Amino acid sequence: MSARGVCQERKKEMKSKSRKSADSAGKSNIKSGAQIVVDTLIEQGVDTMFGYTGGVVLPLFDKLYDAPINFIVPRHEQGGCHMADGYARASGKVGVVLATSGPGACNLVTGLATANMDSVPLVALTGQVRTELIGNDAFQEADTTGITRPVTKYNCIVKDVKDLARTIREAFHIASTGRPGPVLIDIPVDVAVNKHNTDGPKDMQLPGYRVRNQGHSKQISTAAKAINKSKQPVLYVGGGVITSNAGKELRELAEKAHLPVTMTLLGLGSYDQRKPESLDMLGMHGSAYANYAVQECDLLIAVGARFDDRVTGKVETFAPNAKIIHIDIDPSSISKNVVVDIPVVGDAKVILGELLKEVEHHERKKWFKKIAEWKEKFAFRYDQKSTTIKPQFVIEEICRQTKNGAIVTTGVGQNQMWAAQFYKFIKPRQFISSGGLGTMGFGLPAAIGAQIAKPDMTVVDIDGDHSFNMTMTELSTAVEHKLPIKVCILNNGYMGMVRQWQELFYGKRYSKSYLSNPDYATVARALGAVGITVDKKADVSKAVKQMLAEKMPCVVDFRVESEENVWPMVPAGKSIDEMSGLDILERLI
Amino acid sequence: MKHIISALVENKPGVLAHVAGMFAARAFNIDSLVVGRTEDPQLSRMTIVVVGDDRVLEQVRKQLARIVPVVKVQDFVGKPVVARDLMLIAISAPPEKRSEILSLVEMFKGKVVDIGQKFVMVEISGPEAKIEAFINVCKPYGIKSVARTGTIAMPRYGKIEP
Ligand SMILES: Cc1ncc(C[n+]2csc(CCOP(=O)(O)OP(=O)(O)O)c2C)c(N)n1
Ligand SMILES: [Mg+2]
Repeated sequence: MSARGVCQERKKEMKSKSRKSADSAGKSNIKSGAQIVVDTLIEQGVDTMFGYTGGVVLPLFDKLYDAPINFIVPRHEQGGCHMADGYARASGKVGVVLATSGPGACNLVTGLATANMDSVPLVALTGQVRTELIGNDAFQEADTTGITRPVTKYNCIVKDVKDLARTIREAFHIASTGRPGPVLIDIPVDVAVNKHNTDGPKDMQLPGYRVRNQGHSKQISTAAKAINKSKQPVLYVGGGVITSNAGKELRELAEKAHLPVTMTLLGLGSYDQRKPESLDMLGMHGSAYANYAVQECDLLIAVGARFDDRVTGKVETFAPNAKIIHIDIDPSSISKNVVVDIPVVGDAKVILGELLKEVEHHERKKWFKKIAEWKEKFAFRYDQKSTTIKPQFVIEEICRQTKNGAIVTTGVGQNQMWAAQFYKFIKPRQFISSGGLGTMGFGLPAAIGAQIAKPDMTVVDIDGDHSFNMTMTELSTAVEHKLPIKVCILNNGYMGMVRQWQELFYGKRYSKSYLSNPDYATVARALGAVGITVDKKADVSKAVKQMLAEKMPCVVDFRVESEENVWPMVPAGKSIDEMSGLDILERLI
Repeated sequence: MKHIISALVENKPGVLAHVAGMFAARAFNIDSLVVGRTEDPQLSRMTIVVVGDDRVLEQVRKQLARIVPVVKVQDFVGKPVVARDLMLIAISAPPEKRSEILSLVEMFKGKVVDIGQKFVMVEISGPEAKIEAFINVCKPYGIKSVARTGTIAMPRYGKIEP
């Protein structure tokens, strides 16, 4: 059965369940905390969630038993949190994850931090020990709000059942508005058991939470004038454009004003990379043409991007000749790392829409000619004549056979950078990767979440062998739900990115960056997935074709060149136009 | 430069941890942090003294405002404010030094709140500089211990210091 089929079957099943719980809700509005949680989730539009059971969440799971919610159980809570994250990034909806107290909550931490760094809307619910035991080192007690405070947008513990519904509503509001992020609510088991009459106002009480969507109109006009005056502008766009669903406005602006566009890792997908205006990714492993364009531009228009150190390289010399416009919904992002000239606080979609009205078309022939020359000279390249399997070749083949249209998730390391360099994305929400935190093990569970959100799309996890090792247990989850995800392991036998740094900066002393790996195809088959091993270049294309045709989760172990490096590379502390590896690219022309 | 930041926050558990955690996580230096109730039972006021240049302080203000239960943030730098610190100080005071110490207390408009065989305890409030000055003049006698509240502040409504 296709993923779609499975989902439809589940929906039917849920419809009958939903009738049942609606009946029981009709009788009385005196409800247990657990019932309030489930009803409020449904009220918030939740139809899918991820979570793992345990002692103090039993009341919640009892109510979930009848609920019209597609509930996915991961094999580890970290996996569940990444699934909710992948689900949220692919769909634009809030991802929901549930875990028990103590170890369950602690296992969420990496997933929450990953979502927090990348501004992904999540609501995490955790069980907690009984209110009167809190602070006594009770069994499976952890100070969950204390542990997760620095890695969430907001968190709190609910100590009274009458605050439960409101707090959950607030959580969804906070998670999904402004600069989105994860919100955690800790629920002691007695609060889930206690009863409360839910008649009454459905208000929120957030006196300290304000979101500014509309930009300042004078600032917008100033920005438009700067764009109209600029001879050598560059649009530098980040994940914020995707979060705010501003892909259309971005495209129209770039076309109308004729602006080249470079994207951060998280911004990939916001602009069609097949177009001549696309400068692809910038930064440490970005394209030379993007980095040169930024260094030579007279106007940098940053949209939903945060001048991360992986983008700017040495901050003092970043975009040295440019006036900088910064459009961002988070005021604290503005002038945090780089002082900007024209700040505009607000939602990217709204502001780009406003800018669009005021910008003029300019050919900027000379600028685009220069860009075209750089693009030609410094295109991402690899040795196509090599007899070994080059990881870049595998990705190009996946891109070709999926016609640029797949959702791609990644591990962290070289695999992630090559995916960003060699898969040319065309639409927002196609590329799902842990950018800010760089969490190895993100790829597989994120692919599961994305496939559940988008059952009709092809979802490919381009992974590293060691990244995959971290969460490969979730393959069981994918098999259980018959998700046709494709896991492509670029198996170089190394923690490749670490090995690259050791090669370049530590005299090739490959300290602890090599571990023995299992035979992934055998592991896949043992867990009920399809497993394929590819060790000949000639078999790559056929294997990709087979993988795309599979209806079950499919793992392809590509035995790639073991010591391939990612080029270009801006060494730490250098300006982004001081790239290593350009000679290698030029030799490959 | 020293800035006095005043933040109105929701009177909820965890807010202090939020604010203190943010300062630690972002490596901002707190000189002092005072929390107390306000005229509104729903709100508390935090007065935070921070040292840093303009860019650091801009980030401090923005990062504070970003914390969900923080309702309002003001930086009093460059504005006329009344800023006060309260101190209890126990000074070694053998009988032959007592009158000398008491006259200092008087000069600083302090108050003796406890007298023992060897020590006097003095309560003194005022701008930070005055408190520091009092500590300095007491040093030769021997200071047993000091407890200070840290600065609280309010913008001036009038122009004149009474
Ligand atoms: C959870 C976690 N631990 C450690 C790291 C540090 N790290 C970054 S890349 C990398 C190696 C990744 O190896 P692999 O997944 O095989 O990818 P490759 O670079 O070989 O493509 C390591 C250890 C990390 N990013 N995440
Ligand atoms: Mg590897």
